[in-house]
Amino acid sequence: MTPELAGGQVIIELVYLIASVLFILSLKWMSSPTTARHGIWAGEIGMLLAICGTLLHHGIVDYRLIAIGLVLGTIIGVPLGRVAMTAVPQRTALSHAFGALCVTLVGSAEFYLRSPDISRFMMSVLSLEVILGGLTVTGSLMAAGKLQEILPQRPLTYKGQNLVNFLLLACALVIAVTLVLHPENRSLFPFMILIALTFGVLLIIPIGGADMPTVISLLNGYAGLSAAAMGFVLDSKLLIIAGALDGSSGLILSIIMSKAMNRSFTNVLFGAFGQVQTSAAAGEEARPVRSATPEEAAAILSAANKVIIVPGYGMAVAQAQHKVRELYDALTKRGVDVRFAIHPVAGRMPGHMNVLLAEADIPYDRLIEMDEINGDFPQTDVALVIGANDVTNPAARSDVSSPIYGMPILDVDKAHTVMVIKRSMNPGFAGIDNPLYYLDNTLMLFGDAKQFVGSIVRELGGGHG
Amino acid sequence: MNSSSNLINALFIFVLAGFIGFEVIRRVSPLLHTPLMSLTNALDAIAVVGAIVLVGEHKSTLAAVFGFIAVVAATSNIVGGFLITDRMLKMFKSSRPADKPVAK
Repeated sequence: MTPELAGGQVIIELVYLIASVLFILSLKWMSSPTTARHGIWAGEIGMLLAICGTLLHHGIVDYRLIAIGLVLGTIIGVPLGRVAMTAVPQRTALSHAFGALCVTLVGSAEFYLRSPDISRFMMSVLSLEVILGGLTVTGSLMAAGKLQEILPQRPLTYKGQNLVNFLLLACALVIAVTLVLHPENRSLFPFMILIALTFGVLLIIPIGGADMPTVISLLNGYAGLSAAAMGFVLDSKLLIIAGALDGSSGLILSIIMSKAMNRSFTNVLFGAFGQVQTSAAAGEEARPVRSATPEEAAAILSAANKVIIVPGYGMAVAQAQHKVRELYDALTKRGVDVRFAIHPVAGRMPGHMNVLLAEADIPYDRLIEMDEINGDFPQTDVALVIGANDVTNPAARSDVSSPIYGMPILDVDKAHTVMVIKRSMNPGFAGIDNPLYYLDNTLMLFGDAKQFVGSIVRELGGGHG
Repeated sequence: MNSSSNLINALFIFVLAGFIGFEVIRRVSPLLHTPLMSLTNALDAIAVVGAIVLVGEHKSTLAAVFGFIAVVAATSNIVGGFLITDRMLKMFKSSRPADKPVAK
């Protein structure tokens, strides 16, 4: 590569520049649902330009294999673009794995093409690329498996887990340093990859279902950083930019998620999450709760002026979102102001709950973030909690001994009446008792979310035609 | 190859792009965080350009095989990522534009 670029090369670089700008615009337009779809077009045009530009590359002699690869990828990609909205988290995890696989394979191929003629800096970046890429491949596959419930969702922990992980990572780094100093040791390279792949598996084993939003974001960040490293190796500015954008997106989302779960960012960076202490196993005294029937719930809801619905992942599991839409319609028709309070970690990935509710045709301007809606609960007649538990637990505000103390929650207990749809009194994911259920202004609605909401809707419809 | 100046250039680009990324993505509505992630995922699959060159140059069998798998993986991300992002964004509707065929 000489400082003076050949004519064709200049055109390719200019095409890449345009693609970079389109990528940035694409993300910029994601700031609002009204412009977001322009963002996709910008992204698609940028991608098309970049691929066409690359095909002009003078060194390319074999187009047939490229074409087969592109077609095969499209055949795999189309069904992955058509999965159900509840399955989007595992699809996303899977695509992190694919992205990282691409990066790791290209990095490995570059190593074998170039070694032993690799500068120290280049070898460092290449090691970073394949280690990050490798651990993201298996880590994301593990996360996808857990989300798809092929693998047990339960966190698997053992003594000295962090030590084992640390030693493994240290081994990978030692190999990396050796390769940086002596890049002719080609036989060491597969071991570095192997360790990275193993590390990815071990990293995700101790993580439970509730922590998935953080994990997916973090893996997103890793995938982006490894792609940026690949950009350094290939001297591709476009790839550095795309990787940096993806990496910063993943890191920002991890920070938001970790804040919403009250974990420190360093905690997240080192993957040391998912270890909710199982202390204080359920206060034994059977405290009294008040419960209500669908008829009573319907009567209270139709008498209300302001209702806030608090959906959690349990709502999606029960496939209740469409019934919830019917409830929203029935109440809105009666002039009740209905809004939805969305906790940042509701669902299995950042923003998942919004997508599930949007799919059920609930207008997005009715979906309100936690910080914006929390001040409104005291003026709210009814807060209806559907399939959410820990994110409504007032112990997070008041009880220093609670494992979730300090986690930001939705202040549903401040509403005049709280109604909670729940199967039984069993505690949720983290096994933490929720004092909300025993408050004087709380009514428990026991039953399956879909059926219960359905019964309320029937009551509302039957009453006034 | 004047690699040190290339390296400095690359670092500049990385750091500046990182800043742009932070500023742009901070402004993305939390409403759209899921489509954001599938979109960045598709954009990230631009790594396909590196894989295409590997396959096309066919410098060794290993490089071509690895490159081929990489092209397939990245392309599936591009296609699947854009498709699902578009599907999700189509679902987001506002309640304002004459959306209420009110009965009475």
